[in-house]
Amino acid sequence: MGILEIIIITFVKILIIVTMMLLSVSYLVYFERKISAWTQNRVGPNRVGYAGLLQPFADVFKLLLKEDIVPDAANKPIHTLAPIMALVIAFGTYAVIPIGPAVELFGYNIQLVVADVNIGILYVLALTSIGVYAITFSGWSSGSKYSLLGGVRSSAQMISYEISMGFSVAGVLLFSESLRPLDIVASQSGWMWNAIVQPIGFITFVVSAFAETNRLPFDLPEAEPELVGGYHTEYSSMKFAAFFLAEYANMIIASALIVTLYLGGWQVPYIEMAGLSAGLTALIQVGAFFVKMGALLFFFIWVRWSLPRFRYDQLMSLGWKVMFPLSLVNLIWVAVLVMLFN
Amino acid sequence: MIQKKRLKDLTLLEKLYIPEIVKGMSLTFQNMFRPAFTMEYPEVKFVPPASYRGRPVLALEENGEERCVACGLCARICPALAIEVQAAETDREKERYPEKFEINMLRCIFCGFCEDVCPEEAILMSKDYELAFSNREDAIFGKDKLLTPVSKLKDRIEFLRLYK
Repeated sequence: MGILEIIIITFVKILIIVTMMLLSVSYLVYFERKISAWTQNRVGPNRVGYAGLLQPFADVFKLLLKEDIVPDAANKPIHTLAPIMALVIAFGTYAVIPIGPAVELFGYNIQLVVADVNIGILYVLALTSIGVYAITFSGWSSGSKYSLLGGVRSSAQMISYEISMGFSVAGVLLFSESLRPLDIVASQSGWMWNAIVQPIGFITFVVSAFAETNRLPFDLPEAEPELVGGYHTEYSSMKFAAFFLAEYANMIIASALIVTLYLGGWQVPYIEMAGLSAGLTALIQVGAFFVKMGALLFFFIWVRWSLPRFRYDQLMSLGWKVMFPLSLVNLIWVAVLVMLFN
Repeated sequence: MIQKKRLKDLTLLEKLYIPEIVKGMSLTFQNMFRPAFTMEYPEVKFVPPASYRGRPVLALEENGEERCVACGLCARICPALAIEVQAAETDREKERYPEKFEINMLRCIFCGFCEDVCPEEAILMSKDYELAFSNREDAIFGKDKLLTPVSKLKDRIEFLRLYK
């Protein structure tokens, strides 16, 4: 492949991924509202378009038409930078997550991942760490005490849970012996899913992922009853929408990451024994990836509408006294497994 | 930090909260398949019970005579000063009737005092609750809008005879 072809193929991949992300983010908001309605025996949005399917677009138009207010006390450049940062990081993280096996298309062998980086997981962890800055900046630059509290809380929370998240990932890496997402997926062939081999690590990672995405029951940075809106109190119009989209994009990334690390990625166990053609197999595998992701996203939303929020000290003690030791236990468990069976 | 002694200390399983979380999650999951309580308003309209105090109306007998004798008690008791009555005399049996009877619906607070005080069961609270106006003039209801046949108010009259 020439350099031009690589550039074109990568560009097309980026275009597809970004479009898919934007669409799925907007429909995730729709499903969040629908599922919340169902759990509360309501109907949910059903006015705009068939069964309310155009509701996300109506919401975005409404936000775009609103006045963009920047408070006098705000630090204007950083106030503007924060939502952009949140969105860019949220979308950028998706680049290393493979959605399917390599396929033959138009005579090219194409990997179904935007960037096949050999330190992909490190890249994801690094970007999510930068994601903390977006929230901290927005909290600090707004010049409002509620925003500041939200930002401070979120940085403390994310740093605490990143530790248990990192240690859970370490367990996965011991198995795959590689930081490359494609290798991690390949190491989970058959039913050797990491969720089955290392259930403790799976649980700690999922809990940390909830905390990292600021979803309930860990949504202290934007705890409405006590902090008005948390870090995005002073944001309006499109800047608010950017935070909103980033939150849901983070949810999608968290579930894609959980699928890649723990649920065997795009693999369907023993599909190669069914004797299907290569193209069909690839199609089923890509479908399986999205089904797994969808189930996790449903789980995210389901948890949000079932569980109450933690108190701040409970959140911290859970992170440091429970999740961190548990992830260490998992690491030792995996190390023992590797030693015994390798 | 001093730990406060509780009446009942939680067991380890209770401290983990896992059974409780599972219970809560299964409850919300079951709820997803239950029918919604929502009444989709403009299409489906709520029919209030007889005890509902909606827009006050004037009763109109079957023979086309109005019950109101224009005593003015309703106008007198109205705490929001929403009712205006002007009496006139006729040669009919009842001798008095309201020449002008106006209720300002922007002022009405739906307290039902007028209905309580009425000696003739002439002013009654109906089930009508769709009261939106685009200007102030529309909100002043005259006799043309207030007079309602008794047959439509049976529910309320029965309710009042039982409980008033």
